[in-house]
Amino acid sequence: MGSCMKNKWAKKDGSKLLRLADPATVTDDAFVLIKAVSDGTALSAADEKNLSRRKLASKKKGTYFVLSKGPQFKATFVKQEACLTKEMLANGSWQQNPPKPANLDSLGAAVAGGYFHPLLKVRAEFRRILMNMGFEEMPTNRWVESSFWNFDSLFQPQSHPARDAHDTFFIKSPASTLTVPEDYYERVKTMHESGGHGSIGYRYDFKQEEAFKNLLRTHTTAISSSMLYRLANDYKATGVFTPKKYFSVDRVFRNESMDNTHLCEFHQVEGLVADRNLSLKHLIGMIKTFFEAIGITQLRFKPAFNPYTEPSMEVFGFHPDLGKWTEIGNSGMFRPEMLAPMGLPPDVRVIAWGLSLERPTMIKYRIRNIRDLFGHKVDLNMMKESPLARFP
Amino acid sequence: PPPLAETPRRAPAARPFTMPTVGVGRDELFARLGQTSYTPEDLVEEGKAQHEFDELCFEFGIELDDVTSDRMMAANEIKNADAEAQAKLDELDDTVIYKIDIPANRYDLLCIEGIARSLRIFKGLESAPTYQIIEPAQRQIMRVKPSVKDVPRPFVVCAVLRGMNFEENNYKSFIDLQDKLHQNICRMRKLVAIGTHDLDVVEGPFQYDAQPRDEVSFVPLTEEDKEWTGKALLDHYNTDPGCKHLKPYTKLIYDCPNYPVISDAKGRVMSMPPIINGAHSRIQKGKTTNVFIECTATDLTKAHIVLDTMVTMFSEYCSEKFSVEPVDVIYETADGGVESTETTPRLSSRMAEAQLTDICSVIGVELDAPTVCELCTKMQLGPASYDEATGTISVTVPPTRSDILHAVDIIEDVAIAYGFNKLIPGEVPPTQTVGGPLPLNHFSDQLRDEVARAGFTEVLTHGLCMTRENFDNLRRVNDGSAVQLSNPANEEYEVVRTTLLPGLLKTLKHNKSMPVKDGIKFYEISDVVLQDTNADVGARNERHLAATYAGLTDGFEVIHGLVDRYGSDKSKLLSSFTML
Repeated sequence: MGSCMKNKWAKKDGSKLLRLADPATVTDDAFVLIKAVSDGTALSAADEKNLSRRKLASKKKGTYFVLSKGPQFKATFVKQEACLTKEMLANGSWQQNPPKPANLDSLGAAVAGGYFHPLLKVRAEFRRILMNMGFEEMPTNRWVESSFWNFDSLFQPQSHPARDAHDTFFIKSPASTLTVPEDYYERVKTMHESGGHGSIGYRYDFKQEEAFKNLLRTHTTAISSSMLYRLANDYKATGVFTPKKYFSVDRVFRNESMDNTHLCEFHQVEGLVADRNLSLKHLIGMIKTFFEAIGITQLRFKPAFNPYTEPSMEVFGFHPDLGKWTEIGNSGMFRPEMLAPMGLPPDVRVIAWGLSLERPTMIKYRIRNIRDLFGHKVDLNMMKESPLARFP
Repeated sequence: PPPLAETPRRAPAARPFTMPTVGVGRDELFARLGQTSYTPEDLVEEGKAQHEFDELCFEFGIELDDVTSDRMMAANEIKNADAEAQAKLDELDDTVIYKIDIPANRYDLLCIEGIARSLRIFKGLESAPTYQIIEPAQRQIMRVKPSVKDVPRPFVVCAVLRGMNFEENNYKSFIDLQDKLHQNICRMRKLVAIGTHDLDVVEGPFQYDAQPRDEVSFVPLTEEDKEWTGKALLDHYNTDPGCKHLKPYTKLIYDCPNYPVISDAKGRVMSMPPIINGAHSRIQKGKTTNVFIECTATDLTKAHIVLDTMVTMFSEYCSEKFSVEPVDVIYETADGGVESTETTPRLSSRMAEAQLTDICSVIGVELDAPTVCELCTKMQLGPASYDEATGTISVTVPPTRSDILHAVDIIEDVAIAYGFNKLIPGEVPPTQTVGGPLPLNHFSDQLRDEVARAGFTEVLTHGLCMTRENFDNLRRVNDGSAVQLSNPANEEYEVVRTTLLPGLLKTLKHNKSMPVKDGIKFYEISDVVLQDTNADVGARNERHLAATYAGLTDGFEVIHGLVDRYGSDKSKLLSSFTML
């Protein structure tokens, strides 16, 4: 009715509706449009809107398919095989019924089999790199050590804080070491107490009970020391000094407070070269070669302090994964106070460097918490999915 | 990679030992270094000033560990500061403090005076001072009675600093240095304990003896209202929460019948080492000018190092700069006779030598004598000279450098002054060697490979475990074969494993969500430790292989198959293998 009034075909008079126009002369636009719709003629957007507003027509979306017979058309339905089978080959059914194409977008079957531990994958790589550089592996299968080998033979004084119960695990049983090489022990004791071979020593009273205290080794340098001692004995026996390059990657124990990146057990990588007239320049060259093999080519060195090396240097590198400079290792030249009691020739110098195994592994594998890498709380799925350890 | 935009930060995992940290006021430090041209913009955190200081520290061998303030440190202690706590925080000082890490053997860098002095010398802004002993008209005397040997705390060394002027900063520095020395070289006061006194309120000759603990009586520095007797005072320190910082030291003398006492000619107690000084002779800001220092000790060498450090650091404030007055220490015999005497401090400068050829050979660079002498001077080892006839460089080792033990210490200093990084890229040593694995490790690797390919996943578990995990939980009797720790970190790490099984079973416990349909299979090839009286240390390592199956069935046949393949006499893979 609103349209009627609008078009002035009728008007209201009280409650009555009066006709104004002659029906014969009136054209109903709406009727025209509706007829057009049913004929299939397209309407303008404005007209469509008009009709739908007046609820005379509504727009619906329809989808239709046109089907026709394809080249493989069959009257009866035959299931497609997922894969080619021995049977299909045998009875020739593959010719009429080839298997459907492989779906490369889905996952294949999960690979079965066993896996190596990621920390040990990195260990394997580091060992390979060092062996390629001519380094010989040391026998580090020895976790219980005496304070004598772990500290005293390295010229670390008996009052040093690292020998505190706070930092080192001491042993209740067996508490005391059984034997140490006697003559060598005396020479080490003298060096601590009064020096010699150009040193003024520490000038304190060296105690046997302290030297004989057993502990869990705090560094693999304890083994390096005994290897150099053996080397010195060979020299004394034969008169010939054989230069050596030694390395190890093995477990050490420290009584440190545990947090996300520290446990009381971890692994050290250690390398040393014993030869005549080695220098700091050689040490830097050796360190550079090693770190280049693991992808760190930019290095800087900072003066540091270790009781058993002088000079000592901390190694800093630009780490490509982290995108920043960070400390990557420690290094130095063993002190004469350590080498002289062993009996090595005075022009033999020993350069050494070390780093932890866990840190580069955690960086490489983007692991935040060391408990996710080492120990019984590790997720076995992580073992299966950890990438190849590729350096650089 | 970009140039060194950010000076490298230390990675905790690589740090070998804890290093002492010294907090110094940034602005005071920069003033001492003659660095007065920084703008406020330069001084923002991580700004130009900090970056340049970082670089200087890197070259010298110390490290700027943290930038903070009294207010920031207190704020870090409180989790959520309410309005009242915040108001208290706002009252605290917010002067910028640099926390600097110092090498453990450099006692001359444990205070701002020492750090600033060393850096100035390193930068060539001044030469190392000559520390002098100035003889007074009458030397002070310290008599030592034999009773101190029974404590035991047998040694004492002493010195006098004259004409000091204590104000806020240097007073605090004076106290802090004593703390730092106590914590480091003194090994928590056990080896050496320092006492400092206002010389003008006491009278020599002084006495060091051990007095019955219920008889010695004095007003201690902490409780200025009344006198205490020795043992009662220690009981108080052991229990009073306000004095808990002194509790760790009481055990050093608590059980002795006689406690060490330093007193003056009038019997006034100056200190009861190593616990506490007396209130009477305390140093006062704005009042004390002449200081008497005594260091009692169980290690005489360290006592001298400590005393030398105290006087070299603080003699810069004396009216006669860098001069110290000596004291005669007389060790008496039981009948009052003289056993021995020593004049302290030693404050010894000694000459030390290194061959020029050794210096060049150890560093790996050709340097001429004048250059080496100049480099020595930058490291407080000047004046240095060269004797062409013997090829010897002679340096002066000042009393601040107790870390110089051997020529290699001099060589390192020359290398630092020269600059380690000038040696980059270095040179590969011409040492010819053939590399290779340890036969045991090579064999282990081959076996690891085999077991992994058989479908087992490798794990790496802790060498330490609980005693019951190693025995009871495996239904094994504890036969004492396991190595036990005397100071385990916690009960989870009490013994060294004698079998790999605890680790494997704990791994299974933490991986119960793994799919069991095809069985969960894992293994470990690693060391265990057994007690062994035939080994030099009383224990030996053994390389073990252990493998586990868990699934819907016990899978015994799976493990059985593994043993057939690698572990039994019938194993074809191993039968012809000779273990080296």
